[in-house]
Amino acid sequence: MSGQAAPESLVIGVGNPWRGDDGAGPAVARALAGAPGLAVAECGGEPAELMERWAGFERVFLVDALVAGGRPGSIHRLTAEAPLPVVARHSSHGVGLAEAVELARALGELPSKLVIYGIEPGHLDEGAALSPAVATAVAGVAQAILDESGRRR
Amino acid sequence: MSETRTIEVDYLARVEGEGALYVRTEGDRVEEVKLRIFESPRFFEAFLRGRDFREAPDITARICGICPVAYQMGAAQAMEQICGVHMDAELEDLRRLIYCGEWIESHALHVFMLHLPDFLGYPDAITMAKDHPELVRKALRLKKIGNALMRLVGGREVHPVNLRVGGFYRTPTVDELAGIREDLVWGLDAAAEAAEFLAGLEFPDFEMDYEFVALVHPDEYPIIHGRIGSSSGIDVPVSDYDRIFTETHVVHSNALHSHLTESGRPAFMGPMARFALNRERLTPKAAALADRSGLGTVCRNPFKSILVRTVEIAFAFEEALRLLDAYRPIARPAVEASPRAGTGFGATEAPRGVCYHRYTLDEAGIIRDAKIVPPTSVNQPTIEADLHSLVQSHLDLPDDQLRHRCEQAIRNYDPCISCATHFLDLTVERG
Repeated sequence: MSGQAAPESLVIGVGNPWRGDDGAGPAVARALAGAPGLAVAECGGEPAELMERWAGFERVFLVDALVAGGRPGSIHRLTAEAPLPVVARHSSHGVGLAEAVELARALGELPSKLVIYGIEPGHLDEGAALSPAVATAVAGVAQAILDESGRRR
Repeated sequence: MSETRTIEVDYLARVEGEGALYVRTEGDRVEEVKLRIFESPRFFEAFLRGRDFREAPDITARICGICPVAYQMGAAQAMEQICGVHMDAELEDLRRLIYCGEWIESHALHVFMLHLPDFLGYPDAITMAKDHPELVRKALRLKKIGNALMRLVGGREVHPVNLRVGGFYRTPTVDELAGIREDLVWGLDAAAEAAEFLAGLEFPDFEMDYEFVALVHPDEYPIIHGRIGSSSGIDVPVSDYDRIFTETHVVHSNALHSHLTESGRPAFMGPMARFALNRERLTPKAAALADRSGLGTVCRNPFKSILVRTVEIAFAFEEALRLLDAYRPIARPAVEASPRAGTGFGATEAPRGVCYHRYTLDEAGIIRDAKIVPPTSVNQPTIEADLHSLVQSHLDLPDDQLRHRCEQAIRNYDPCISCATHFLDLTVERG
Protein backbone atom coordinates (compact mmCIF):
# COMPACT_ATOMS: atom_id res chain seq x y z
CA MET A 1 0.00 0.00 0.00
CA SER A 2 2.95 2.33 -0.51
CA GLY A 3 2.21 5.80 -1.77
CA GLN A 4 -1.03 5.88 0.17
CA ALA A 5 -1.93 9.21 1.80
CA ALA A 6 -1.31 9.59 5.51
CA PRO A 7 -4.10 8.07 7.60
CA GLU A 8 -7.05 10.38 8.24
CA SER A 9 -8.15 8.61 11.39
CA LEU A 10 -6.37 8.49 14.71
CA VAL A 11 -7.07 6.27 17.71
CA ILE A 12 -5.90 7.62 21.07
CA GLY A 13 -5.87 5.27 24.04
CA VAL A 14 -6.08 7.10 27.36
CA GLY A 15 -5.31 5.41 30.66
CA ASN A 16 -2.68 3.78 32.83
CA PRO A 17 -1.75 0.25 31.73
CA TRP A 18 -0.30 -0.41 35.20
CA ARG A 19 -3.70 -0.03 36.83
CA GLY A 20 -5.71 -3.03 35.67
CA ASP A 21 -8.75 -2.09 33.57
CA ASP A 22 -7.69 1.56 33.41
CA GLY A 23 -5.41 0.21 30.68
CA ALA A 24 -8.39 -0.53 28.40
CA GLY A 25 -7.72 2.57 26.24
CA PRO A 26 -4.04 1.81 25.60
CA ALA A 27 -4.99 -1.87 24.98
CA VAL A 28 -7.35 -0.82 22.16
CA ALA A 29 -4.63 1.41 20.68
CA ARG A 30 -2.16 -1.49 20.79
CA ALA A 31 -4.68 -3.89 19.22
CA LEU A 32 -5.13 -1.49 16.30
CA ALA A 33 -1.43 -0.71 15.75
CA GLY A 34 -0.61 -1.37 12.10
CA ALA A 35 -4.23 -1.41 10.90
CA PRO A 36 -4.39 0.21 7.44
CA GLY A 37 -5.66 3.78 7.37
CA LEU A 38 -5.38 4.19 11.15
CA ALA A 39 -2.77 5.93 13.23
CA VAL A 40 -2.61 5.04 16.91
CA ALA A 41 -1.31 6.86 19.99
CA GLU A 42 -1.36 6.54 23.75
CA CYS A 43 -1.62 9.56 25.96
CA GLY A 44 -2.31 10.65 29.52
CA GLY A 45 -5.23 12.91 28.53
CA GLU A 46 -3.68 16.36 29.18
CA PRO A 47 -5.52 18.91 27.00
CA ALA A 48 -2.40 20.29 25.30
CA GLU A 49 -1.11 16.82 24.57
CA LEU A 50 -4.44 15.65 23.11
CA MET A 51 -4.70 18.71 20.86
CA GLU A 52 -1.15 18.26 19.65
CA ARG A 53 -1.73 14.58 18.90
CA TRP A 54 -4.94 15.02 16.95
CA ALA A 55 -3.90 18.14 14.99
CA GLY A 56 -4.32 17.39 11.27
CA PHE A 57 -6.59 14.35 11.71
CA GLU A 58 -10.14 14.47 10.36
CA ARG A 59 -11.50 11.76 12.53
CA VAL A 60 -10.37 10.85 16.03
CA PHE A 61 -11.39 7.99 18.30
CA LEU A 62 -10.66 8.48 22.00
CA VAL A 63 -10.81 5.34 24.10
CA ASP A 64 -10.79 5.48 27.90
CA ALA A 65 -12.06 3.59 30.92
CA LEU A 66 -15.39 5.11 31.93
CA VAL A 67 -17.26 4.58 35.17
CA ALA A 68 -20.98 5.04 34.57
CA GLY A 69 -22.36 2.42 36.93
CA GLY A 70 -22.63 -0.34 34.32
CA ARG A 71 -21.32 -3.90 34.36
CA PRO A 72 -17.57 -4.35 33.82
CA GLY A 73 -16.90 -4.52 30.10
CA SER A 74 -19.96 -2.43 29.12
CA ILE A 75 -19.16 -0.23 26.13
CA HIS A 76 -20.34 3.39 25.85
CA ARG A 77 -20.12 5.37 22.63
CA LEU A 78 -20.32 9.18 22.72
CA THR A 79 -19.65 11.83 20.14
CA ALA A 80 -18.52 15.40 20.67
CA GLU A 81 -21.36 16.85 18.55
CA ALA A 82 -22.99 18.12 21.73
CA PRO A 83 -21.06 19.41 24.74
CA LEU A 84 -19.98 16.64 27.11
CA PRO A 85 -21.15 16.84 30.69
CA VAL A 86 -18.31 18.35 32.72
CA VAL A 87 -18.78 17.25 36.31
CA ALA A 88 -17.72 19.54 39.13
CA ARG A 89 -14.58 17.92 40.45
CA HIS A 90 -12.94 18.12 43.82
CA SER A 91 -9.51 18.00 42.30
CA SER A 92 -7.86 20.54 40.09
CA HIS A 93 -4.71 18.60 39.49
CA GLY A 94 -5.96 16.11 36.98
CA VAL A 95 -8.10 17.34 34.12
CA GLY A 96 -10.85 14.94 33.14
CA LEU A 97 -11.24 13.81 29.54
CA ALA A 98 -14.56 15.66 29.19
CA GLU A 99 -12.94 18.88 30.39
CA ALA A 100 -10.07 18.40 27.98
CA VAL A 101 -12.53 17.93 25.09
CA GLU A 102 -14.55 20.98 26.11
CA LEU A 103 -11.42 23.09 26.46
CA ALA A 104 -10.39 22.02 22.95
CA ARG A 105 -13.88 22.94 21.71
CA ALA A 106 -13.60 26.40 23.29
CA LEU A 107 -10.26 26.87 21.55
CA GLY A 108 -11.62 25.68 18.19
CA GLU A 109 -9.28 22.68 18.25
CA LEU A 110 -11.73 19.79 17.98
CA PRO A 111 -11.27 17.43 15.03
CA SER A 112 -14.23 17.46 12.62
CA LYS A 113 -15.33 14.09 13.94
CA LEU A 114 -14.58 12.97 17.48
CA VAL A 115 -15.90 9.68 18.81
CA ILE A 116 -15.34 8.60 22.40
CA TYR A 117 -15.48 4.96 23.42
CA GLY A 118 -15.71 4.28 27.14
CA ILE A 119 -15.20 0.86 28.63
CA GLU A 120 -16.58 0.17 32.09
CA PRO A 121 -13.73 -1.15 34.28
CA GLY A 122 -13.98 -4.08 36.68
CA HIS A 123 -10.89 -3.49 38.82
CA LEU A 124 -8.12 -0.90 38.93
CA ASP A 125 -5.58 -2.95 40.87
CA GLU A 126 -1.94 -2.05 40.50
CA GLY A 127 -0.04 -4.26 38.10
CA ALA A 128 -3.07 -6.43 37.28
CA ALA A 129 -3.97 -7.63 33.79
CA LEU A 130 -7.25 -6.64 32.12
CA SER A 131 -10.19 -8.53 33.57
CA PRO A 132 -11.76 -11.03 31.12
CA ALA A 133 -14.91 -8.94 30.48
CA VAL A 134 -12.82 -5.85 29.75
CA ALA A 135 -10.43 -7.79 27.49
CA THR A 136 -13.48 -8.90 25.47
CA ALA A 137 -14.72 -5.30 25.35
CA VAL A 138 -11.29 -4.14 24.13
CA ALA A 139 -11.57 -6.52 21.16
CA GLY A 140 -15.13 -5.31 20.57
CA VAL A 141 -14.19 -1.64 20.56
CA ALA A 142 -11.20 -2.30 18.29
CA GLN A 143 -13.51 -4.02 15.79
CA ALA A 144 -16.10 -1.24 16.04
CA ILE A 145 -13.42 1.36 15.27
CA LEU A 146 -12.26 -0.67 12.26
CA ASP A 147 -15.86 -0.88 11.00
CA GLU A 148 -16.53 2.79 11.63
CA SER A 149 -13.33 4.06 10.06
CA GLY A 150 -13.78 1.77 7.03
CA ARG A 151 -17.27 3.17 6.46
CA ARG A 152 -16.14 6.65 5.71
CA ARG A 153 -18.11 9.63 4.52
CA MET B 1 -30.46 41.95 68.80
CA SER B 2 -27.59 41.60 66.39
CA GLU B 3 -28.16 39.76 63.19
CA THR B 4 -26.39 36.45 62.60
CA ARG B 5 -25.12 35.85 59.12
CA THR B 6 -23.32 32.82 57.75
CA ILE B 7 -21.34 32.50 54.56
CA GLU B 8 -20.73 28.92 53.54
CA VAL B 9 -19.08 27.18 50.62
CA ASP B 10 -19.69 23.45 50.83
CA TYR B 11 -17.15 22.42 48.22
CA LEU B 12 -14.33 24.72 47.25
CA ALA B 13 -13.74 24.73 43.51
CA ARG B 14 -10.44 25.21 41.70
CA VAL B 15 -8.40 24.00 44.64
CA GLU B 16 -6.90 20.53 44.99
CA GLY B 17 -8.70 18.30 47.46
CA GLU B 18 -11.80 18.49 49.59
CA GLY B 19 -12.38 21.58 51.64
CA ALA B 20 -15.16 23.91 52.70
CA LEU B 21 -15.53 27.34 54.19
CA TYR B 22 -17.64 28.51 57.10
CA VAL B 23 -17.88 32.13 58.26
CA ARG B 24 -20.22 33.42 60.97
CA THR B 25 -20.80 37.05 61.78
CA GLU B 26 -22.79 38.59 64.62
CA GLY B 27 -23.94 42.09 63.82
CA ASP B 28 -20.91 43.93 62.55
CA ARG B 29 -18.38 41.46 63.90
CA VAL B 30 -16.86 38.37 62.38
CA GLU B 31 -17.16 35.72 65.06
CA GLU B 32 -15.92 32.57 63.42
CA VAL B 33 -13.91 31.62 60.34
CA LYS B 34 -13.17 28.01 59.52
CA LEU B 35 -11.35 26.63 56.54
CA ARG B 36 -12.71 23.12 56.92
CA ILE B 37 -10.51 20.44 55.43
CA PHE B 38 -12.41 17.19 55.33
CA GLU B 39 -10.25 15.33 52.85
CA SER B 40 -9.49 12.06 54.60
CA PRO B 41 -6.17 11.67 56.40
CA ARG B 42 -3.79 9.74 54.19
CA PHE B 43 -1.38 8.18 56.70
CA PHE B 44 1.75 8.43 54.55
CA GLU B 45 3.94 8.90 57.60
CA ALA B 46 2.63 5.60 58.95
CA PHE B 47 3.10 3.82 55.58
CA LEU B 48 6.75 4.81 55.65
CA ARG B 49 7.49 3.18 58.99
CA GLY B 50 9.07 -0.22 58.55
CA ARG B 51 10.18 0.44 54.95
CA ASP B 52 13.75 0.51 53.68
CA PHE B 53 15.17 4.06 53.46
CA ARG B 54 15.76 3.66 49.72
CA GLU B 55 12.02 3.22 49.14
CA ALA B 56 11.11 6.59 50.62
CA PRO B 57 11.31 8.76 47.46
CA ASP B 58 9.04 6.38 45.54
CA ILE B 59 6.50 6.30 48.37
CA THR B 60 6.49 10.05 49.08
CA ALA B 61 6.16 10.82 45.33
CA ARG B 62 2.57 9.58 45.62
CA ILE B 63 1.61 12.30 48.10
CA CYS B 64 1.05 14.72 45.24
CA GLY B 65 0.51 14.46 41.49
CA ILE B 66 1.52 18.03 40.86
CA CYS B 67 4.50 18.52 43.19
CA PRO B 68 5.88 14.99 43.59
CA VAL B 69 9.49 16.18 43.24
CA ALA B 70 9.19 18.22 46.45
CA TYR B 71 8.26 15.10 48.37
CA GLN B 72 10.88 12.91 46.70
CA MET B 73 13.63 15.44 47.23
CA GLY B 74 12.89 16.17 50.89
CA ALA B 75 12.94 12.45 51.64
CA ALA B 76 16.15 11.88 49.66
CA GLN B 77 17.90 14.80 51.41
CA ALA B 78 17.02 13.52 54.86
CA MET B 79 18.29 10.01 54.02
CA GLU B 80 21.50 11.42 52.57
CA GLN B 81 22.07 13.41 55.74
CA ILE B 82 21.62 10.34 57.92
CA CYS B 83 23.87 8.19 55.74
CA GLY B 84 26.56 10.86 55.49
CA VAL B 85 26.31 11.13 51.70
CA HIS B 86 28.05 14.11 50.13
CA MET B 87 26.21 14.94 46.92
CA ASP B 88 28.10 15.75 43.70
CA ALA B 89 27.53 19.34 42.56
CA GLU B 90 26.35 18.29 39.09
CA LEU B 91 23.72 15.99 40.61
CA GLU B 92 22.47 18.88 42.74
CA ASP B 93 22.20 20.97 39.57
CA LEU B 94 20.19 18.26 37.86
CA ARG B 95 17.87 18.14 40.86
CA ARG B 96 17.43 21.89 40.59
CA LEU B 97 16.65 21.48 36.89
CA ILE B 98 13.82 18.97 37.36
CA TYR B 99 12.49 21.12 40.19
CA CYS B 100 12.27 24.06 37.73
CA GLY B 101 9.98 21.84 35.64
CA GLU B 102 7.77 21.27 38.68
CA TRP B 103 7.52 24.99 39.44
CA ILE B 104 6.65 25.72 35.80
CA GLU B 105 3.86 23.15 35.46
CA SER B 106 2.40 23.79 38.91
CA HIS B 107 2.49 27.59 38.68
CA ALA B 108 1.25 27.67 35.05
CA LEU B 109 -1.74 25.53 36.00
CA HIS B 110 -2.62 27.71 38.96
CA VAL B 111 -1.95 31.14 37.49
CA PHE B 112 -3.86 30.70 34.26
CA MET B 113 -6.34 27.88 34.68
CA LEU B 114 -7.35 28.19 38.35
CA HIS B 115 -6.59 31.74 39.52
CA LEU B 116 -7.00 33.96 36.46
CA PRO B 117 -10.72 33.18 35.92
CA ASP B 118 -11.34 34.97 39.27
CA PHE B 119 -9.83 38.19 37.96
CA LEU B 120 -11.43 38.08 34.53
CA GLY B 121 -14.84 37.12 35.88
CA TYR B 122 -15.27 33.58 34.54
CA PRO B 123 -16.47 30.52 36.45
CA ASP B 124 -13.70 28.33 35.00
CA ALA B 125 -10.93 28.09 32.43
CA ILE B 126 -13.14 26.47 29.78
CA THR B 127 -15.48 29.47 29.74
CA MET B 128 -12.51 31.83 29.83
CA ALA B 129 -10.93 30.03 26.85
CA LYS B 130 -13.80 31.08 24.57
CA ASP B 131 -12.94 34.76 25.04
CA HIS B 132 -9.20 34.47 25.62
CA PRO B 133 -8.08 31.58 23.41
CA GLU B 134 -4.52 32.80 22.87
CA LEU B 135 -3.92 33.20 26.58
CA VAL B 136 -5.20 29.71 27.31
CA ARG B 137 -3.17 28.21 24.46
CA LYS B 138 -0.09 29.87 25.89
CA ALA B 139 -0.91 28.56 29.38
CA LEU B 140 -1.37 25.01 28.12
CA ARG B 141 1.96 25.16 26.31
CA LEU B 142 3.75 26.54 29.38
CA LYS B 143 2.39 23.71 31.49
CA LYS B 144 3.31 21.18 28.84
CA ILE B 145 6.92 22.38 28.78
CA GLY B 146 7.11 22.04 32.57
CA ASN B 147 5.80 18.49 32.23
CA ALA B 148 8.28 17.75 29.45
CA LEU B 149 11.19 18.92 31.59
CA MET B 150 10.04 16.66 34.43
CA ARG B 151 9.67 13.74 32.02
CA LEU B 152 13.10 14.35 30.53
CA VAL B 153 14.91 14.25 33.86
CA GLY B 154 12.46 12.22 35.94
CA GLY B 155 11.28 9.57 33.48
CA ARG B 156 7.67 10.72 33.68
CA GLU B 157 5.87 13.87 34.72
CA VAL B 158 3.52 12.48 37.33
CA HIS B 159 5.29 10.65 40.18
CA PRO B 160 8.71 10.58 38.46
CA VAL B 161 10.55 7.26 38.70
CA ASN B 162 14.13 8.38 38.11
CA LEU B 163 14.83 10.10 41.43
CA ARG B 164 16.53 8.20 44.23
CA VAL B 165 18.48 8.61 47.43
CA GLY B 166 21.91 9.83 46.25
CA GLY B 167 20.77 11.18 42.89
CA PHE B 168 19.25 9.50 39.82
CA TYR B 169 19.01 6.07 38.23
CA ARG B 170 20.03 7.53 34.89
CA THR B 171 21.14 11.00 33.86
CA PRO B 172 20.00 12.54 30.57
CA THR B 173 22.45 12.99 27.69
CA VAL B 174 23.47 16.47 26.57
CA ASP B 175 21.55 15.91 23.32
CA GLU B 176 18.37 14.90 25.12
CA LEU B 177 18.41 18.10 27.14
CA ALA B 178 19.30 20.22 24.11
CA GLY B 179 16.02 19.12 22.55
CA ILE B 180 14.01 21.19 25.02
CA ARG B 181 16.12 24.37 24.81
CA GLU B 182 13.98 26.11 22.22
CA ASP B 183 10.86 25.51 24.32
CA LEU B 184 12.56 27.01 27.37
CA VAL B 185 13.50 30.14 25.41
CA TRP B 186 9.90 30.43 24.24
CA GLY B 187 8.64 29.88 27.80
CA LEU B 188 10.76 32.68 29.22
CA ASP B 189 9.38 35.12 26.64
CA ALA B 190 5.83 33.86 27.06
CA ALA B 191 5.99 34.24 30.84
CA ALA B 192 7.26 37.80 30.44
CA GLU B 193 4.43 38.68 28.04
CA ALA B 194 1.88 37.11 30.36
CA ALA B 195 3.27 39.08 33.31
CA GLU B 196 2.66 42.34 31.49
CA PHE B 197 -0.94 41.38 30.84
CA LEU B 198 -1.47 40.22 34.43
CA ALA B 199 0.07 43.37 35.92
CA GLY B 200 -2.83 45.27 34.33
CA LEU B 201 -5.49 43.31 36.24
CA GLU B 202 -7.49 44.98 38.96
CA PHE B 203 -6.46 43.90 42.44
CA PRO B 204 -8.52 44.33 45.59
CA ASP B 205 -6.95 46.79 47.98
CA PHE B 206 -5.94 44.37 50.71
CA GLU B 207 -2.72 43.95 52.67
CA MET B 208 -1.79 42.02 55.78
CA ASP B 209 1.20 42.14 58.08
CA TYR B 210 2.46 38.63 57.35
CA GLU B 211 5.22 36.60 58.91
CA PHE B 212 6.79 35.21 55.74
CA VAL B 213 8.75 31.97 56.12
CA ALA B 214 10.90 30.52 53.33
CA LEU B 215 14.24 28.93 52.71
CA VAL B 216 16.97 31.53 52.37
CA HIS B 217 20.29 31.00 50.65
CA PRO B 218 23.16 33.47 50.26
CA ASP B 219 23.84 32.68 46.58
CA GLU B 220 20.63 31.55 44.95
CA TYR B 221 16.89 31.96 44.83
CA PRO B 222 16.03 28.98 47.00
CA ILE B 223 14.70 25.73 45.58
CA ILE B 224 16.51 22.76 47.10
CA HIS B 225 18.82 24.34 49.68
CA GLY B 226 18.82 26.96 52.36
CA ARG B 227 18.24 27.80 55.99
CA ILE B 228 14.78 28.59 57.28
CA GLY B 229 14.35 32.35 57.34
CA SER B 230 11.50 34.69 58.17
CA SER B 231 10.52 38.32 57.85
CA SER B 232 10.92 38.80 61.61
CA GLY B 233 14.49 37.56 61.51
CA ILE B 234 14.29 33.82 62.15
CA ASP B 235 17.40 32.24 60.61
CA VAL B 236 17.92 28.62 61.61
CA PRO B 237 19.04 25.36 60.01
CA VAL B 238 16.34 23.01 58.72
CA SER B 239 17.03 20.71 61.67
CA ASP B 240 15.47 23.38 63.94
CA TYR B 241 12.12 23.27 62.13
CA ASP B 242 10.35 21.34 64.90
CA ARG B 243 11.65 23.80 67.46
CA ILE B 244 10.42 26.94 65.68
CA PHE B 245 7.03 25.52 64.66
CA THR B 246 4.36 24.02 66.89
CA GLU B 247 1.66 21.93 65.29
CA THR B 248 -1.80 21.61 66.72
CA HIS B 249 -4.90 19.72 65.79
CA VAL B 250 -8.10 21.70 65.31
CA VAL B 251 -11.45 19.95 65.12
CA HIS B 252 -12.49 21.48 61.80
CA SER B 253 -9.49 20.33 59.80
CA ASN B 254 -7.89 17.01 58.98
CA ALA B 255 -4.67 18.92 58.37
CA LEU B 256 -2.61 20.04 61.37
CA HIS B 257 -2.31 23.78 61.90
CA SER B 258 1.11 25.33 62.55
CA HIS B 259 2.17 28.41 64.50
CA LEU B 260 5.58 29.85 65.20
CA THR B 261 6.44 28.59 68.67
CA GLU B 262 7.96 31.76 70.05
CA SER B 263 5.55 34.42 68.79
CA GLY B 264 2.46 32.26 68.42
CA ARG B 265 1.91 33.84 65.01
CA PRO B 266 0.85 31.95 61.91
CA ALA B 267 3.35 31.73 59.05
CA PHE B 268 2.89 32.41 55.37
CA MET B 269 4.84 30.14 53.02
CA GLY B 270 5.02 30.04 49.24
CA PRO B 271 5.89 32.35 46.34
CA MET B 272 5.14 35.61 48.25
CA ALA B 273 7.40 34.52 51.12
CA ARG B 274 10.22 33.36 48.82
CA PHE B 275 10.00 36.64 46.97
CA ALA B 276 9.96 38.77 50.13
CA LEU B 277 13.03 37.05 51.57
CA ASN B 278 15.05 36.34 48.41
CA ARG B 279 14.12 38.96 45.85
CA GLU B 280 17.69 40.14 45.24
CA ARG B 281 18.73 36.63 44.23
CA LEU B 282 16.23 36.33 41.37
CA THR B 283 17.77 35.75 37.93
CA PRO B 284 18.20 39.03 35.95
CA LYS B 285 15.21 38.77 33.61
CA ALA B 286 12.89 37.60 36.37
CA ALA B 287 14.06 40.48 38.59
CA ALA B 288 13.40 42.99 35.81
CA LEU B 289 9.96 41.45 35.34
CA ALA B 290 9.21 41.86 39.05
CA ASP B 291 10.06 45.57 38.70
CA ARG B 292 7.87 45.96 35.64
CA SER B 293 5.03 44.15 37.41
CA GLY B 294 5.15 46.79 40.16
CA LEU B 295 5.89 44.29 42.91
CA GLY B 296 8.28 46.50 44.87
CA THR B 297 10.62 44.81 47.33
CA VAL B 298 7.92 43.05 49.32
CA CYS B 299 4.37 42.30 48.25
CA ARG B 300 1.82 41.97 51.06
CA ASN B 301 -1.31 41.78 48.94
CA PRO B 302 -2.13 38.08 48.58
CA PHE B 303 -4.29 38.77 45.50
CA LYS B 304 -1.05 39.80 43.79
CA SER B 305 0.39 36.34 44.37
CA ILE B 306 -0.62 35.71 40.75
CA LEU B 307 2.07 38.22 39.72
CA VAL B 308 4.70 36.71 42.01
CA ARG B 309 3.96 33.23 40.67
CA THR B 310 4.35 34.51 37.13
CA VAL B 311 7.71 36.09 38.02
CA GLU B 312 8.69 32.70 39.43
CA ILE B 313 7.62 30.99 36.20
CA ALA B 314 10.01 33.32 34.34
CA PHE B 315 12.69 32.63 36.96
CA ALA B 316 12.26 28.86 36.57
CA PHE B 317 12.67 29.12 32.78
CA GLU B 318 15.70 31.38 33.08
CA GLU B 319 17.29 29.13 35.70
CA ALA B 320 16.52 25.99 33.68
CA LEU B 321 18.21 27.54 30.65
CA ARG B 322 21.30 28.39 32.71
CA LEU B 323 21.48 24.85 34.11
CA LEU B 324 20.89 23.31 30.70
CA ASP B 325 23.62 25.38 29.05
CA ALA B 326 26.09 24.42 31.77
CA TYR B 327 25.17 20.72 31.62
CA ARG B 328 27.97 18.23 30.85
CA PRO B 329 27.82 14.43 30.80
CA ILE B 330 27.69 13.12 34.36
CA ALA B 331 30.15 10.41 35.39
CA ARG B 332 28.03 8.76 38.08
CA PRO B 333 24.25 9.12 38.24
CA ALA B 334 24.11 8.60 42.00
CA VAL B 335 26.25 8.55 45.11
CA GLU B 336 25.76 5.23 46.87
CA ALA B 337 24.37 5.42 50.39
CA SER B 338 24.94 2.80 53.09
CA PRO B 339 22.45 2.68 55.93
CA ARG B 340 23.22 4.16 59.34
CA ALA B 341 21.10 4.76 62.39
CA GLY B 342 20.06 8.34 63.02
CA THR B 343 17.66 11.16 62.38
CA GLY B 344 17.86 13.41 59.31
CA PHE B 345 16.07 16.42 57.90
CA GLY B 346 15.14 17.65 54.44
CA ALA B 347 13.42 20.78 53.21
CA THR B 348 12.89 22.20 49.75
CA GLU B 349 10.74 24.94 48.27
CA ALA B 350 7.72 23.17 46.80
CA PRO B 351 5.66 25.41 44.49
CA ARG B 352 3.45 26.20 47.52
CA GLY B 353 6.29 26.73 50.00
CA VAL B 354 8.62 24.91 52.38
CA CYS B 355 8.05 21.15 52.39
CA TYR B 356 9.67 19.74 55.51
CA HIS B 357 10.71 16.11 56.14
CA ARG B 358 12.21 14.35 59.15
CA TYR B 359 13.06 10.64 59.31
CA THR B 360 14.63 8.32 61.83
CA LEU B 361 16.37 5.15 60.63
CA ASP B 362 17.66 2.16 62.55
CA GLU B 363 21.10 0.69 61.79
CA ALA B 364 19.64 -1.54 59.04
CA GLY B 365 18.21 1.51 57.26
CA ILE B 366 14.60 0.76 58.20
CA ILE B 367 12.43 3.85 58.69
CA ARG B 368 11.29 4.00 62.30
CA ASP B 369 9.70 7.44 62.28
CA ALA B 370 8.63 9.93 59.63
CA LYS B 371 7.21 13.43 59.71
CA ILE B 372 6.26 15.41 56.62
CA VAL B 373 4.82 18.93 56.80
CA PRO B 374 3.37 20.30 53.55
CA PRO B 375 3.19 24.08 53.11
CA THR B 376 -0.59 24.20 52.65
CA SER B 377 -0.96 22.73 56.12
CA VAL B 378 1.18 25.54 57.56
CA ASN B 379 -0.71 28.21 55.61
CA GLN B 380 -4.17 27.31 56.97
CA PRO B 381 -4.22 29.79 59.91
CA THR B 382 -2.91 32.53 57.61
CA ILE B 383 -5.70 31.82 55.12
CA GLU B 384 -8.21 32.01 57.98
CA ALA B 385 -6.71 35.33 59.14
CA ASP B 386 -7.05 36.73 55.61
CA LEU B 387 -10.67 35.59 55.48
CA HIS B 388 -11.40 37.13 58.86
CA SER B 389 -9.99 40.49 57.87
CA LEU B 390 -11.52 40.41 54.40
CA VAL B 391 -15.02 39.65 55.65
CA GLN B 392 -14.73 42.20 58.44
CA SER B 393 -13.90 44.94 55.96
CA HIS B 394 -16.54 43.89 53.40
CA LEU B 395 -19.58 43.28 55.58
CA ASP B 396 -21.53 45.64 53.36
CA LEU B 397 -21.33 43.21 50.42
CA PRO B 398 -24.27 40.89 49.71
CA ASP B 399 -23.69 37.23 50.59
CA ASP B 400 -22.97 35.95 47.10
CA GLN B 401 -20.33 38.61 46.44
CA LEU B 402 -18.78 38.11 49.83
CA ARG B 403 -18.71 34.36 49.27
CA HIS B 404 -17.00 34.81 45.94
CA ARG B 405 -14.43 37.16 47.44
CA CYS B 406 -13.70 34.57 50.16
CA GLU B 407 -13.21 31.79 47.61
CA GLN B 408 -10.80 34.03 45.74
CA ALA B 409 -8.90 34.72 48.95
CA ILE B 410 -8.45 30.98 49.47
CA ARG B 411 -7.33 30.44 45.88
CA ASN B 412 -4.66 33.13 46.39
CA TYR B 413 -2.76 30.40 48.25
CA ASP B 414 -3.06 27.71 45.56
CA PRO B 415 -3.88 25.36 48.42
CA CYS B 416 -3.23 21.67 47.91
CA ILE B 417 -5.60 20.18 50.42
CA SER B 418 -4.80 16.58 49.55
CA CYS B 419 -1.16 17.18 50.41
CA ALA B 420 -2.07 19.06 53.56
CA THR B 421 -3.92 16.27 55.30
CA HIS B 422 -1.01 15.25 57.40
CA PHE B 423 -2.56 14.18 60.61
CA LEU B 424 -1.88 14.21 64.29
CA ASP B 425 -0.63 11.09 66.01
CA LEU B 426 -3.21 9.89 68.47
CA THR B 427 -1.98 9.03 71.94
CA VAL B 428 -4.42 7.67 74.48
CA GLU B 429 -3.37 8.02 78.09
CA ARG B 430 -5.26 5.92 80.55
CA GLY B 431 -4.86 6.76 84.18
